[in-house]
Amino acid sequence: MSRYLLVKLAESALAIWGVVTIVFFVSRVLGDPAVLLVPVGASQQDIDTIRTALGLDRPILEQYVVSLFSMLRGDFGMSFQQGRPAMDIVLERMPDTALLAGTALLFGSIIGAVCGAIAALKRGTVAEFIVMVAALLGQATPVFWLGIMLILIFAVDLGWLPTGGAGTWAHLVLPGLTLSVFVSASIARLLRSSLLDIMREDYVRTARAKGLLPRTVFFWHIARNALIPVVTMVGIIAGELLGGSVVIETVFAWPGVGRVIMQAIQNQDFPVIQAGVALIAAIFIVVNLLVDLLYGVLDPRIRRR
Amino acid sequence: MKSFFLALIKSRAGLFGFLLVTVFVLAALLAPYLGLPSPTRSNLVARMAAPTWTGIFSPGAHPLGTDELGRDVLSRILHGSRITLAIAAASVVLGGIVGTLLGIVAGYYRGIVDRVLMRVVDIQLALPLMLLALLVVAALGPSTRNLIIVLALTSWLRYARIIRGQVLALREREFILSAHAIGAGTWRIMIKHLLPNVMTPALVIATLELARIIIMDAALSFLGLGVQPPNPSWGRMLADGRVYISTAWWIVTFPGVAIVLTVLSVNLLGDWLRDYFDPKLRTMR
Repeated sequence: MSRYLLVKLAESALAIWGVVTIVFFVSRVLGDPAVLLVPVGASQQDIDTIRTALGLDRPILEQYVVSLFSMLRGDFGMSFQQGRPAMDIVLERMPDTALLAGTALLFGSIIGAVCGAIAALKRGTVAEFIVMVAALLGQATPVFWLGIMLILIFAVDLGWLPTGGAGTWAHLVLPGLTLSVFVSASIARLLRSSLLDIMREDYVRTARAKGLLPRTVFFWHIARNALIPVVTMVGIIAGELLGGSVVIETVFAWPGVGRVIMQAIQNQDFPVIQAGVALIAAIFIVVNLLVDLLYGVLDPRIRRR
Repeated sequence: MKSFFLALIKSRAGLFGFLLVTVFVLAALLAPYLGLPSPTRSNLVARMAAPTWTGIFSPGAHPLGTDELGRDVLSRILHGSRITLAIAAASVVLGGIVGTLLGIVAGYYRGIVDRVLMRVVDIQLALPLMLLALLVVAALGPSTRNLIIVLALTSWLRYARIIRGQVLALREREFILSAHAIGAGTWRIMIKHLLPNVMTPALVIATLELARIIIMDAALSFLGLGVQPPNPSWGRMLADGRVYISTAWWIVTFPGVAIVLTVLSVNLLGDWLRDYFDPKLRTMR
């Protein structure tokens, strides 16, 4: 296990280095921070003073190494807009994003798993057909449009729930439901096909033949193995939820990291964009590390490879 | 080819997807010749007219209503589909060519080339695709060309990974070994012998990627980072129509329906192609 763990840790460290490098070089394309910092109409001398103060007159490789170390410490510089550390601005909003993504992941996984299991166990029935059509539609629907439609029905027409914002549980219902549909559609389809594959395996027939209870065969022999690809999928979905938070938080005016990044893009507040992207990437890398470790627990063959 | 169409007709879902895709592509191609009102000219007298189905064939009819500037929603959806489908197709082709070639190179040379390329894929996968797209659009500025580049950038690695795996297996097969034996050059082996053998998986990935890219294109346009106005794009129509959600539901509803139907049909076709050609690809995404 320790070798597997070490390899995975090294891969995660490499990924974090890669993301920080991408963020650095993209930010150099984005424009000269000194020009963006000074007020309009400042003299070339003022710009040069700031360039020297920020170290922007140094060779690009030296700047890269310096930025690399400060970014690894969590120092992404000051927000142009608010004049305080960019990472602080992003971190403050993280609990809201985590709450929304966590809710969606939890409820979406449960709904998806139940629907996927029903579809696989009730093969060829109306139940399977309904689940599969719903899942196909769920996968084809852009989350932001689904969100708008739910606002139209439940907030504008019926007036049951708020159209956006955060604060009470009522604010969480519509964005949470929207993202849960997205999560459960992917999980239901994958779990169904994974269960159907495993149910055909010889060892399942053997387990049945030796007279084990159907319940035991399902949970111990089928479900456990069918869950392995689903676990990977949950990791991928977690990343899509974090990345997609930019869109869904815009739709529901949810005060999370995604909305901060979006506002920063509109204001060209590059330190905040970088801090936000790096934070979400770091969380995603950690989630994937956990998924890989869980994978090793579920499937001992992986550990020995 | 005959057995291909026989299998397609037998599979109801695949046929349904294929027919819908055909209808949408035809509608996009023929949009300017259907006698629809202009998608960009505003008509302030007819602002936010509700959908009406009476006298639907008369010139002033708006079967899906008009938007906040009095532009016909149906016409904007159909003209928007031209732009959306063209962008999605261009990104799929660009990402597909780059990804397939890199996949062949990595799988054929193995060793250091392969390891470096796969690490690059891993690193890029650590960044959620939407964030990568946002970062790059913010850097390059929103335009149609940049949108295509960004969408292709989120797409190439799917091809690279899967094609590499296929080539790793193919390069040990007899026909490649014999090509070596008769002295065929590396380039010739990659283009003449390996490429034709990975076209099928590449086509399957391309179809499934097309659906994903249509949604991502709509999301980026929705955020104002895609096709710039006054050109109609589905995501942009949703963003503009959202403001009028309480007075004119149709502006924000129908472009979304267009996205769902298009993505659904492409997905159905892609799933069927995958199951027909190579069910193993299912686990390789």
